[in-house]
Amino acid sequence: MKLLDRAGYRTDDFSRDGSGGSPIVQLAEVNAALEARGADAPVGVEVANNTDVERLAALFDRVALIAIVFPAFSDGRGFSLAKRLRQDGFKGRLRAVGPLIPDQGPYAFACGFDEIELPEAIAARQTEAQWTKAFSAISLPYQPGYARPATILERRLEARRKATEGARHA
Amino acid sequence: MYRYDEFDERFVRERVAQFRDQVDRRLSGSLTEDEFRPLRLQNGLYLQLHAYMLRIAIPYGSLSSRQLRQLARIADAYDKGYGHFTTRTNLQFNWIKLRDVPDILDLLADVEMHCIQTSGNDVRNVTADQFAGVAGDEIEDPRPVAELLRQWSSLHPEFSFLPRKFKIAVIASAADRAVLKSHDVGVRIVRNKAGEIGYQILAGGGLGRTPMVGKVVRDFLPRGQLLAYLEALLRVYNADGRRDNKFKARIKILVHEIGVETFRERVEAEFAAGPSYADDETAELARIAASFAQKNYERLPARSETFEAARKTDPAFAEWVVNSLFSHKVDGYAAVTVSLKPVGGVPGDMTSAQMRLFADLTDRYSLGELRVTHAQNLVLPYVKQDELHALWKELAGARLATPNVGLVTDIISCPGLDYCALATARSIPIAQAIATRFADKARQADIGPLQIKISGCINACGHHHVGHIGILGLEKRGQESYQVTLGGDSSENMAIGELLGPGLTADEVPDAIERVVGVYLAQRRAGETFIEAVKRLGVGAFKAAFLGGAQNEAA
Repeated sequence: MKLLDRAGYRTDDFSRDGSGGSPIVQLAEVNAALEARGADAPVGVEVANNTDVERLAALFDRVALIAIVFPAFSDGRGFSLAKRLRQDGFKGRLRAVGPLIPDQGPYAFACGFDEIELPEAIAARQTEAQWTKAFSAISLPYQPGYARPATILERRLEARRKATEGARHA
Repeated sequence: MYRYDEFDERFVRERVAQFRDQVDRRLSGSLTEDEFRPLRLQNGLYLQLHAYMLRIAIPYGSLSSRQLRQLARIADAYDKGYGHFTTRTNLQFNWIKLRDVPDILDLLADVEMHCIQTSGNDVRNVTADQFAGVAGDEIEDPRPVAELLRQWSSLHPEFSFLPRKFKIAVIASAADRAVLKSHDVGVRIVRNKAGEIGYQILAGGGLGRTPMVGKVVRDFLPRGQLLAYLEALLRVYNADGRRDNKFKARIKILVHEIGVETFRERVEAEFAAGPSYADDETAELARIAASFAQKNYERLPARSETFEAARKTDPAFAEWVVNSLFSHKVDGYAAVTVSLKPVGGVPGDMTSAQMRLFADLTDRYSLGELRVTHAQNLVLPYVKQDELHALWKELAGARLATPNVGLVTDIISCPGLDYCALATARSIPIAQAIATRFADKARQADIGPLQIKISGCINACGHHHVGHIGILGLEKRGQESYQVTLGGDSSENMAIGELLGPGLTADEVPDAIERVVGVYLAQRRAGETFIEAVKRLGVGAFKAAFLGGAQNEAA
């Protein structure tokens, strides 16, 4: 598996097999893992894309990372789950896990994901350069309410405010 | 009309570059065909029976003369000199080469057009009333809201990989000219008792394999809350819509299976938990609305003596006038529907020469603007009544003055098996055969308003479910077989047609339609239209006549 964020590939500080870093465990095992590791040691939890947000809310302050599985790139449920988790106040790391394609990278970040974990086979075909290029393909999106540097809406309002102020000073 | 600002312009240009890059990545093998397919579909590019088909978005059916000229240019340079207007007010080119597509997108971007989300499991081209801005019965022009939604839905980060496609229509009157209730979401601009303007939201309508009439989810949504509400609604659909079966993945199935009350509760809960964009949305809607502001109408008398005189002296013109004009909210003007249904022609097709001529007429007679209707016709929305006769003469010269708008030969038809990879039967030849059978103008006038709608497969692009007479082409044991339904209605009284009997061969269809129409002619009351008679008599009253000639076949 390869991990990437907005800047490109990065080393993974989590693992599923105890090979190093903090553990990512399945939802059923998370309470046991948290108890075993103690309050200060980071634990990540991996969840299916149809998991109830209510089930995860109790974990918001306890887990460092929630990994949402995309069974296929065409299954967009993970985007909505991420958005709901952010909306409901999850402040930790959000990871998308699965065979995403570069063009979905900006969507994932906008919905609240911080990073994407790719199967090796996908990463072998789709280069790091392709991913980072895709991240900036559209410089300003339209939708308000999503995590983005700025939206077209905001820029328009800003331009109008400046024009109004300019008129006032003139 | 809406004009792009610098942000829209950059967005569309970057989108072209993005698609060019996607094509390159497909050709280099970085993207597999499975990965590339949704990307090209989200850009309106289909692989059809004979070639790639490119579907160009015509948001809410609004086009400028300049845009139409550019479409003519593309038709000549990259296609076979014609295009096809669809029931979702888009334009399709049928003979496109993949390598040309990025260049075509550049040409479209030059005139503020694109192909974004004319296919794919995303929010599709937003449609609206073709008489938006000129209809006397509208609360306000619905196009600004439609444009707000076009922008909001373009490359939406959360809703670009939905369970299935998602179609939104916007109207602003009680009369429904946009088949609102057949959409995944219908937005109707309404006024509440306090006189405030807001939105009635319908969801779960659809045609296709399982036709459903849209249900009211929210009776009155205040201004400024539309984007937040639709975000909540789409999130519920994205999360809860079925993904196990493509044929059950539309929102209509979700609404039907959990019930509209449960669906409403989920949406309202999501909406209550979500953000508010009210100030931004209101400011943005005002900005957009300003670009649709009042046209420079001339002050004209309500009655045009020139027009009245021409009607009296030119019978062919008078015949065309009867069904082609829609009353305009401004005195002395008319909205003109131009039929793209010449008898024997392909419904909705237009040649590049016709496009260019029509663009010139649009400049000279209709303030440079035209509309595309879901019935695959065009509208010139701002014509002076004084100039109707002159316009008609020019249309007639270009084979664009067929006087059949709303009549039995004004048939909606999908491309069918002549083009479409999904089709199970041909549609166009059926439309042509019926139109030819009913070609006699006096007979058409006698029959009056009658909508025939033909689809070449169960996906129902030809809206057959809501045709007064609907025809569905299927394949049975290697033969084309046509099911005929009666009593469908695409208006605010939307109804799904009922099956008249067993399937027919292509050859049998015109006879059977003629027999059904015969029942109406024999039994109608004074002034009663076809659909009114069907509703009064019931579909059963037509079955015997329908079966009349088909019984031998069945036996």
